Amino acid sequence: MVFFSYLISGISLGSVYAIIALGYTMVYGIAKMLNFAHGDVIMVGGYVCYCALSYLHLPAIVSVPLAMIACTVLGVVIEGLAYRPLRQAGSLAVLITAIGVSYFLQNGAQLIWSATPKNFASVVHFDLPSSLTSLGLSSEAIVTVGACIVIMIALTTFVNKTKLGKAMRCCSEDKGAAQIMGINVNRTISMTFAIGSALAAVAGVLLCSAYPTLQPTTGSMPGIKAFTAAVFGGIGSIPGAFLGGLLLGVIEAMAKAYISTNLANTIVFAVLIIVLLVRPTGLLGKYAPEKV
Amino acid sequence: MSSLLKVDNIHVYYGSIHAIKGVSFEVNEGEVVTLIGANGAGKSTTLNTVAGLLKPKSGTIEFEGKSIVGVPAYKTVFHGMALCPEGRRIFLQMTVQENLEMGGYSRPNSEIEASLANVYERFPRLKERYKQVAGTLSGGEQQMLAMGRALMSKPKLLMLDEPSMGLAPILVEQIFDIVKELNEAGTTILLVEQNARMALSVAHRAYVLETGTISMTGDAHELAEDDRVRKAYLGES
Repeated sequence: MVFFSYLISGISLGSVYAIIALGYTMVYGIAKMLNFAHGDVIMVGGYVCYCALSYLHLPAIVSVPLAMIACTVLGVVIEGLAYRPLRQAGSLAVLITAIGVSYFLQNGAQLIWSATPKNFASVVHFDLPSSLTSLGLSSEAIVTVGACIVIMIALTTFVNKTKLGKAMRCCSEDKGAAQIMGINVNRTISMTFAIGSALAAVAGVLLCSAYPTLQPTTGSMPGIKAFTAAVFGGIGSIPGAFLGGLLLGVIEAMAKAYISTNLANTIVFAVLIIVLLVRPTGLLGKYAPEKV
Repeated sequence: MSSLLKVDNIHVYYGSIHAIKGVSFEVNEGEVVTLIGANGAGKSTTLNTVAGLLKPKSGTIEFEGKSIVGVPAYKTVFHGMALCPEGRRIFLQMTVQENLEMGGYSRPNSEIEASLANVYERFPRLKERYKQVAGTLSGGEQQMLAMGRALMSKPKLLMLDEPSMGLAPILVEQIFDIVKELNEAGTTILLVEQNARMALSVAHRAYVLETGTISMTGDAHELAEDDRVRKAYLGES
């Protein structure tokens, strides 16, 4: 039964990684850039929700959407101010800018909220029967996994069925061709950042609900792990991000439980390296079929 | 016949490279006009500039009497022009039907169904493969898809950039038959081609582009008989 509780904590952690990885992978798929500030948007989402809960005494049902709106705006502003002017620039310039934005957000948060960790009160309150809690199941874990599955399905449907979603796939393949279809590429990329950042807010709230310490660097490590998860699953692929996130969470939890807490991260990255050696495009990464 | 597209003395640069040096031409409603010329003469650059993908440094482009210089590419399609780009540029990872739907992006959703039926009627092969991922189509089918996709926006002016590129002779003929049919059905066409012989056989009028300037212009049949054109572009001595 101990194994089962480790598994649950791994799946729950992995679900958070998956939600963050979905944001990474969507932005990468469409804008072809690695938004290293994505992890810090999570942290901002956590703080906004914390302020709404603790200072404004708003209920969670209002605070979480508030955090999502704040992060959506933040994501669109970051894209417009920092990344859009570099659309024609080399990918290194964009990458360095993203790292800069990441530090900017971390230091900005430190300025506003100070470096002292805040104690985040979980937004998920409901009692589980003791038969479930004895298995290591928590209300946070259930909500996190549920949210992750809902988000994955919603995103897949959105990208495959809606006009905007299809426009995103066009931009992902060929921005020039997308333009002559009548698609406004800049606006589509903006929308991608909006969606990714709203997801980051959800991830931030869920992360802080499970691990209640909130500080300016809170988003940084989960951000990197989620990026790893996105690469692991095949960057650019939505189901890949989901699978990569879950696997990464489970591997990390198992490594912590059975091998060594200190070595857990090493083991996670060792698995990543092995997977990439065997499948360079990640687990579900596409080799584009092309016949000329 | 009234003028649909009027390009007057445009200059286009790639950085410091002066690619188009004062090109002027006109396309009247109902015509097939072709721009022929060798590799690097500036044919595609001219077409991309008209479509809004490139911005001319000077000169004017009028479509239906309105200036469209500086209108970004994603808006020109709403004015009624569609570009079928060089190298086809279809969305390889999307299905045939999704590609066509994206071609109709600029049209209201209520029209898509009818436009799809129209395109499928003209290209039955596409209908057979509507669920197939576009990257698995053959070259000829991909060209048909690219043309069908451009037609989905119901363009007043259809711009075709090298539709014969990389196709077997029998397919080239098929593509040019389609060009003729489309024109007979009322679509005005601006055709850029390296295959001058085929282009001149379907066009009403032609312009010859040479290193960024127009060197000759006239009736397509007359140009096809012109000695200089025959030597330079039709491979005859």
